[in-house]
Amino acid sequence: MLKTTPFHIRTAPLVQGQAWRRWAGHAVASAYELVHDREYAAIRSSAALLDVSPLYKYLISGRDAARLLDRMVTRDITKCRVGQVFYTSWCDRHGKVIDDGTVSRLGDGLYRLTSAEPNLRWLTLNGAGMEVEIEEVSGRLGALALQGPLARAILQQVSPADFTALKYFRLVETSIRGVPVTVSRTGYTGDLGYEIWVAAERAVPVWDALIEAGTPYGITPAGIWALDMARIEAGLIMLDVDYHSSHHALIEAQKSSPLELGLDWTVPEEKGPYTGRLMLRAERARGPAWRLVGLAVDWVSLEALYAKAGLPPQLPTAAWRVSTPVYRDGAQIGYASSGCWSPLLKQYLALAHLRAPHFAPGTGVRLEVTVEHQRLQAEAQVTPLPFYNPERKKS
Amino acid sequence: MTPRYDAIVIGGGHNGLVTAAYLARAGRKTLVLERRPLVGGAAVTEEIFPGFKFSVFSYVVSLLRPEIIRDLELPRHGLHILPLESTVVPLDNGDYLGSWADPDQTRRELARHSPRDAEAATLFGRLMHHMAMAVRPILSMVPPDPASLAPSDLRGMLKFAGHFRSLGAERFHALYKLMTMSSADYLDEWFEFDPLKATKSASGIIGTFLGPRSPGTAYVLLHHYMGEIDGAFRAWGFQKGGTGAISETIARAARAHGAEIRMGAAVDRVLVRHGRATGVVLEGGEEIPAPIVVSGLDPRRTFLELVEPAQLPGDVVEGIRRFKFRGSSGKVNLALSELPNFTCLPGIGPQHRGAFSISPSLEYLERAYDDAKYGEFSRNPYMDIVIPSMIDPGMAPPGKHVMSIFVQYAPYNLTGGWTDARREAFGDAVVDTLCRYAPNIMGAILGRQVLTPLDIERTTGLTEGNIFAGELALHQLFFLRPVAGWADYRTPIEGYWQCGAGTHPGGGIMGASGRLAALEILGRPG
Repeated sequence: MLKTTPFHIRTAPLVQGQAWRRWAGHAVASAYELVHDREYAAIRSSAALLDVSPLYKYLISGRDAARLLDRMVTRDITKCRVGQVFYTSWCDRHGKVIDDGTVSRLGDGLYRLTSAEPNLRWLTLNGAGMEVEIEEVSGRLGALALQGPLARAILQQVSPADFTALKYFRLVETSIRGVPVTVSRTGYTGDLGYEIWVAAERAVPVWDALIEAGTPYGITPAGIWALDMARIEAGLIMLDVDYHSSHHALIEAQKSSPLELGLDWTVPEEKGPYTGRLMLRAERARGPAWRLVGLAVDWVSLEALYAKAGLPPQLPTAAWRVSTPVYRDGAQIGYASSGCWSPLLKQYLALAHLRAPHFAPGTGVRLEVTVEHQRLQAEAQVTPLPFYNPERKKS
Repeated sequence: MTPRYDAIVIGGGHNGLVTAAYLARAGRKTLVLERRPLVGGAAVTEEIFPGFKFSVFSYVVSLLRPEIIRDLELPRHGLHILPLESTVVPLDNGDYLGSWADPDQTRRELARHSPRDAEAATLFGRLMHHMAMAVRPILSMVPPDPASLAPSDLRGMLKFAGHFRSLGAERFHALYKLMTMSSADYLDEWFEFDPLKATKSASGIIGTFLGPRSPGTAYVLLHHYMGEIDGAFRAWGFQKGGTGAISETIARAARAHGAEIRMGAAVDRVLVRHGRATGVVLEGGEEIPAPIVVSGLDPRRTFLELVEPAQLPGDVVEGIRRFKFRGSSGKVNLALSELPNFTCLPGIGPQHRGAFSISPSLEYLERAYDDAKYGEFSRNPYMDIVIPSMIDPGMAPPGKHVMSIFVQYAPYNLTGGWTDARREAFGDAVVDTLCRYAPNIMGAILGRQVLTPLDIERTTGLTEGNIFAGELALHQLFFLRPVAGWADYRTPIEGYWQCGAGTHPGGGIMGASGRLAALEILGRPG
């Protein structure tokens, strides 16, 4: 049996179609309703409640906690203040990404790291000889993401903290209906949103409080299918979908650097020694060979391909995760790793890895599409990420 | 004096805004003049009661042309369509008929009433897909005049004929039936379960002064199937913030391209010199010159009120005078303290996020029409009910709700005329009908707005309150909309154009008339 999350007792009865997905050895809902349109719509229109408990979570404490993290990740952890959260990737010594996640500074010498995969061994290796304690708290903490334009209004109903004062990528220790929680203004949707971290044994009352207070605001439990569409619109990458951990890659070509993944902003030019620094500095100087970019498929071109088959364009109702070739001037120049139709932007979007020099915004490329068993190519344009970036995300 | 504007659009309804946006996009200095303090015409959102927002008239969206969404980049300017997934029909025996987002669920539900219909529905859906595909190219086509020998008309007729030939016999015959039959007869060929036929046929009577058994209503049914959202035909949605937000979205796109929009600017008449439009005069007397004047108003106002009938050929004047409006629908907007609790499907559930249709039988609908035929509003009307606050919580204060009830029939020409008392009696008939199915509503009403066709006319300017700016009757469609010879968005007055829903392809928040008009003005093929 797969493991279940602390919210399972609440989420399980809501999953109408037994649509479950594996996530880090846990069962989480792919979708609660039989059709996931409304779950996606809630993320952009009201508020969606997502169970993100399967994330790996580590508590790092002690005099050298900051030193350990700063040595391990690409971002400059010495600049992370108490109450602040950093999104970062971390690399092997060749500058290839192992994983990405968030570092939250909970207090002086106290950090929480989240990741997509187990990192206890890597943390321990990097912390050798340091005065630091590393504790995996994955199972002890439940995590909920409350995402959408009304997320703040809902939280304000159940918690005494002032969420208008809580800035983007900051956190606050507070309570929800008396249950102690940490609330960070973070998420994986590119919208206004929060993540709520709570002790597993007190997780259920937090779910109940949010559902109860959120119902007049249209709160909607949402599964991974809805999340996957939102994160593509937000241009956020996913491990094992858009890239592979260098620890798992079987060949060099399966590895990616943060610069290749479009995470340049997480790689400061001025920072002391950290794992992968030299290689990244050299790579930056010569320019990355690949780049993860957005592709927007040209509708007229797509429509014409389908019209030849006598069909209106058949659009995917969920995000796809199949590597799909991208061409320019008749030659393959890369591949898309995930994509979806955006009901909000009314555009067919994809995240793609393109070789230099084909990744400049505005470059015209062709994405393979299969129309009635025929492999054809639709025109597409390299588009800056994120595709969707509402003001409310940070305001 | 050199005109400051290349073009003036009269009326800031959604079609006028679309025309303005396309003209401005092509570099024309364009001015939109709107009489009311807000844009949108019949697609407006207003806070009728404090905290309660209503799509006052038009309330759902599906027909808006995808090419307009792309050309004007409407998602960037605020287009945000949310799914409206279900329809529940309360039945007279206390049961209900539901249609849900999930096809298996819908099939099982229908099979509960008629296993035969459950199978037929799949085939019917496929046929209607083909029919929608068949008419789709026509929606983006300037109607050619079959009586004309002008090259453009001949080319258009050839294209038109070629398109129909390509359909093949089976689909052409089905289309012919759709164009000529009554929706009840058409549906009789497919289904046996009466409430299903009634509910489907309701799409065929909307905005029309006809009953489900009147020939010609099958076409109106098709008109409601042609909408597409994300490539799926027959998908209806709800704009976040109400239909007024669609108008504002188009207005933002128009402004982004440089168009100017003046509110509170009612046009008195179009200036015509030597058979040519030269500008407009506002009600206050201000003259604004422009070589192109486009009317987004309905055909009667466009041809008979904004210009002198003497400036037009007699047969055009006659044709427009005969153009049928005959508003037949009203609207009741309710502010509610709680959700309706339908006795057929008690409690609060997913049904509240979709539509409720009061259409228990074909006879019910036909009798509702009988009342209207003889000048009365329906005592037991057809109603299409949605609760926008369940889809977009921003429409009402938290925990409270707004309900939009589209009602048919309410004849414009009520015997004895509409008075305040008759309006309230009409509102009572609607609420009483609703309470038969959801009794708690009576005690939940915090505010009630009742709109008769006369109110629709007074507020939006739509003649006789017809929601389509003229009936979608066969003799008023395509090259006959609004009148033979002038279906190509031109008028007999040079420089004076029409872009409202009174032109092909007609009503609903579609924007196709506005776009085609702009493309004609710009001299480009659609």
